[in-house]
Amino acid sequence: MPGEAQLLPGTLDLLILKAVSLGPLHGYGVLLRIGQISGQALLIEQGALYPALFRVVRQGLLKASWGISDNNRRAKFYELTAAGRKRLQDETEGWNRLAAAMGSALAAQAEEI
Amino acid sequence: MRLVAYLRCIGAKFLKPAQMELEMEEELGSHIECRADDLERSGLDRAEAERRARVEFGGRQRFKEEAREALGGNFAENLARDVRLSIRVLRKSPGFTLIAVFTLALSIGANSIVFALLNSFILRPSNIPNSESLYGIQHGRGHWMGSSYPDYLDLRDRNRSFDGLAAFSIAQAGFDTGESAVSVWCQESSGNFFDALRLQPYVGRFFHASDERGPNSAPFVVLSYSFWRNHFAGDRGVVGRVVRLNKHPFTIIGVSPPEFHGILLFGDFEIATPLVNQEQIEGQNNLNSRGIESVFMTIGHLKPGVTPAQAVSDLNSIGAYLRQNYPKEQAPADFSLGRPSLYGEYFGGPVRAFLTALMLLAGLILLAACANLGSLFTARATDRSREIALRLAMGAGRSRILRALLTEAILIALMGGAAGLFGSMALLQALNAWQPVPRYPQFHIPVYVDSRVYVVALALALLSGLLFGIVPAKQVLATDPYQVVKSGARETGRRRFPIRELLLAVQIAICAVLVTSSMVAVRGLLRSLHSDFGFEPANAMLMDTNLEMAGYRGDAVVAMQKRVLDGVGKIPGVQSAGLIDWLPLEGAHSNSSAIFREDTADLRTSNAAAWPAVYRVSPGYFDAARTTLLSGRAFTWHDDKDAPRVAVINNQFARKLFGSVTKAIGRHYKMPDGARVEVVGVVQDGKYASLTEDPQPAMFFPILQAPSSAASVVVRSHRDPMQLAAAMRSVLRSLDSGLPSYVESWRQELELPLFPSRMATIALGVLGMMGAMLSITGIFGMAAYSVGRRLRELGIRLALGAQRSEILQAALGRSIKLLAFGSAAGLVLGIFASRVLAFIVYQATPRDPFVLTGVVVAMALLGVLATWIPAQRALRLDPVTLLREE
Repeated sequence: MPGEAQLLPGTLDLLILKAVSLGPLHGYGVLLRIGQISGQALLIEQGALYPALFRVVRQGLLKASWGISDNNRRAKFYELTAAGRKRLQDETEGWNRLAAAMGSALAAQAEEI
Repeated sequence: MRLVAYLRCIGAKFLKPAQMELEMEEELGSHIECRADDLERSGLDRAEAERRARVEFGGRQRFKEEAREALGGNFAENLARDVRLSIRVLRKSPGFTLIAVFTLALSIGANSIVFALLNSFILRPSNIPNSESLYGIQHGRGHWMGSSYPDYLDLRDRNRSFDGLAAFSIAQAGFDTGESAVSVWCQESSGNFFDALRLQPYVGRFFHASDERGPNSAPFVVLSYSFWRNHFAGDRGVVGRVVRLNKHPFTIIGVSPPEFHGILLFGDFEIATPLVNQEQIEGQNNLNSRGIESVFMTIGHLKPGVTPAQAVSDLNSIGAYLRQNYPKEQAPADFSLGRPSLYGEYFGGPVRAFLTALMLLAGLILLAACANLGSLFTARATDRSREIALRLAMGAGRSRILRALLTEAILIALMGGAAGLFGSMALLQALNAWQPVPRYPQFHIPVYVDSRVYVVALALALLSGLLFGIVPAKQVLATDPYQVVKSGARETGRRRFPIRELLLAVQIAICAVLVTSSMVAVRGLLRSLHSDFGFEPANAMLMDTNLEMAGYRGDAVVAMQKRVLDGVGKIPGVQSAGLIDWLPLEGAHSNSSAIFREDTADLRTSNAAAWPAVYRVSPGYFDAARTTLLSGRAFTWHDDKDAPRVAVINNQFARKLFGSVTKAIGRHYKMPDGARVEVVGVVQDGKYASLTEDPQPAMFFPILQAPSSAASVVVRSHRDPMQLAAAMRSVLRSLDSGLPSYVESWRQELELPLFPSRMATIALGVLGMMGAMLSITGIFGMAAYSVGRRLRELGIRLALGAQRSEILQAALGRSIKLLAFGSAAGLVLGIFASRVLAFIVYQATPRDPFVLTGVVVAMALLGVLATWIPAQRALRLDPVTLLREE
């Protein structure tokens, strides 16, 4: 896969928040959604998702409830809390600033200095 | 909001761990099923799809564990992991662990021993029912508990505060079941004794107040449980049997309960007889004399609702009544109440003071050990700073690292505490079984180890673990992983007084206190062993006989005693022999009597000129005891009933009454009964009631004029003590085979009076040694560490041409300064602490050049010993290798 990128530490939580912000999801759904919105560029080891998910739940950014999935299986669905929405917004802005700064820094040419 | 979520998480985990686990399992399972569904849709068969899904998911257990940790609040699990980690870490440095555990085991062991003693003697209630309301009546400034029998009767019948007031006295008696007589300790008790103490018999019955119908009216014996087991093999049929006590028939009526060992803690009672039968046991009936102390101790339970203060004022009003009605006698005054188990304040006061001081010292030992271990841990944390920094860099929280260090500390503390407790249990058991005075097997130190001791040991272990575990905390918190990993473990910016050095100074001061007090005690003991007792215990054998036990009466007593002395005097190698009624320093038996100037007409005790101790001796006693005659003559066999009454007095008496030794000879004084006594000789002063007393007046009467059936024969000889003892026994057997006797050397006999100061000296000596050991390891650790840390600097200095002495100065100067400072502070404190010691140990004074120089030399020696190896290391530095290595 040519478009595959290395996941930076700490970004998984942000991705989970983003994925869930688009609509309540169960664990497997979160994985699929991340793959989908990143254009299959960011792949996460399936089991590694859960420690991160639980951590985010513990921080009060997500809440969980049991429900029925599309293919009729019992699954735990996650949705964003108010705190989670705020955190997503803050982190998105922070990320954008960092990305912009990194982008312009790396794009710098010798004659521009 | 986040807090609520967090708490809900932890709450769920904590309260419903099984459900959490199930939900997690189900969630992960559902994930794999969903994935399998997708894979099946892409064309795989179901079984293959499920297998592939599981493989893709990865290490399920590992993720579950991580998820569990992400949920937080895994106190028990984290603790288990910390403990596992700590054990691994400690195993890697066995030397460190061993030293730490050993140090703690010693100090916690010392603490639990001292606490167990304090607990058994002072804190723990006795085995007597309702002992919280049981008090002994003491009077006077000396808190003496004895009184005359008539005074006791007045106290018993006139008080309104006690629920029955009992009295007892202790005497030795010959106990004869028909085979051979054994000498037993007989507790002569008032009739109401067992009822007043609310005791129930184990077998048979007790005697009661109603059994008392005048002198010798109640020939009954109650056996103690252990005496019954030992001498009658626990035979219940023993009740009703007639035995002979001093040849008088007594009926065994019962056995006391197993948990009752008598009132006094140090001596178990063996048999009890009614006090009204005093004449049969002691050979004389003093129950009607107000001037003679027949009662050793008076005890009783306070009535419900009566406070001790009310009881004291009640007793004092009885005292006032006694003084008014019996002006000639010295009525007891200044009443107070004391705990009976240690004979009230008289003995309990010094014991309590000493044990409290000992507990304080033991606490100091533990504190010193904690300081020691604290600096060890800090040094270790410094050495491990690379590891700590690495863990910090890998994302471990500082709290997590601190927790791990603390876990290590507490683990060591618990191990040390367990080892210390175990060791002290063994020692205490030995102490409990120990019979320090072979002659009196009943005399022992009863130590009970109950849950309180365990709890205190555990609490001390945990506390000390926290204490020394917390010392390196600041250092860990200040660790900057980036700096450490970059430049290695090197401290930047040294403070003026690093915590390590402060701890060390404190520790050295504590140790100096311990060394000082143990030296003061040892010195005091040595002095009391070699002080002038007024007799010479070396090369003297004693034979204790009580003719009363063998049925001798009246003139037969003195005749027999003369035969014994003659017989013993004929043993080859015997230089001299003489007898005395009760040996000086023999304890509770010291009698004293009021005496009056010759011109005193009104012989009431308030007019007494002195209260000298009274001894009755045979001709030859002063010679045999090596009591120096200062002036006049000793007794002869002509000082008998037909001759005028004579006495030999001591120096103190002579100077007090007659001004000087020479003026006393030929003068007279009066006894309370009006008899005139002529002074024929003056002997040197001695110790009579206790080793620590000031010079007391004493007077000696000839046995022919003042007979006594109790007697200790003193035999002076250079012969082998074993042979001599055998010869003495055979002389006595040839004169009367049924006479119980006890032969021992005078030195052995003195073990009892010397016992307290000996114990104090041993205890302090042990604590002092522990203190010394701790300061050696402490100074050694500090010096080794400072040399090790500055190796490179020292190497550079050497390379630049520094002298060896300068190197030593740089490497060890600080340690030596700390040692000097700590020792000086400790010495001053120790001198203050030694004042407490003066109560127990005879002639314990810190104002003794020997002690002062001793402490200074000891501390200096400790310093040299502890810095020797580090100093050698500093001196052997080779700058070239050192600098190349760096």
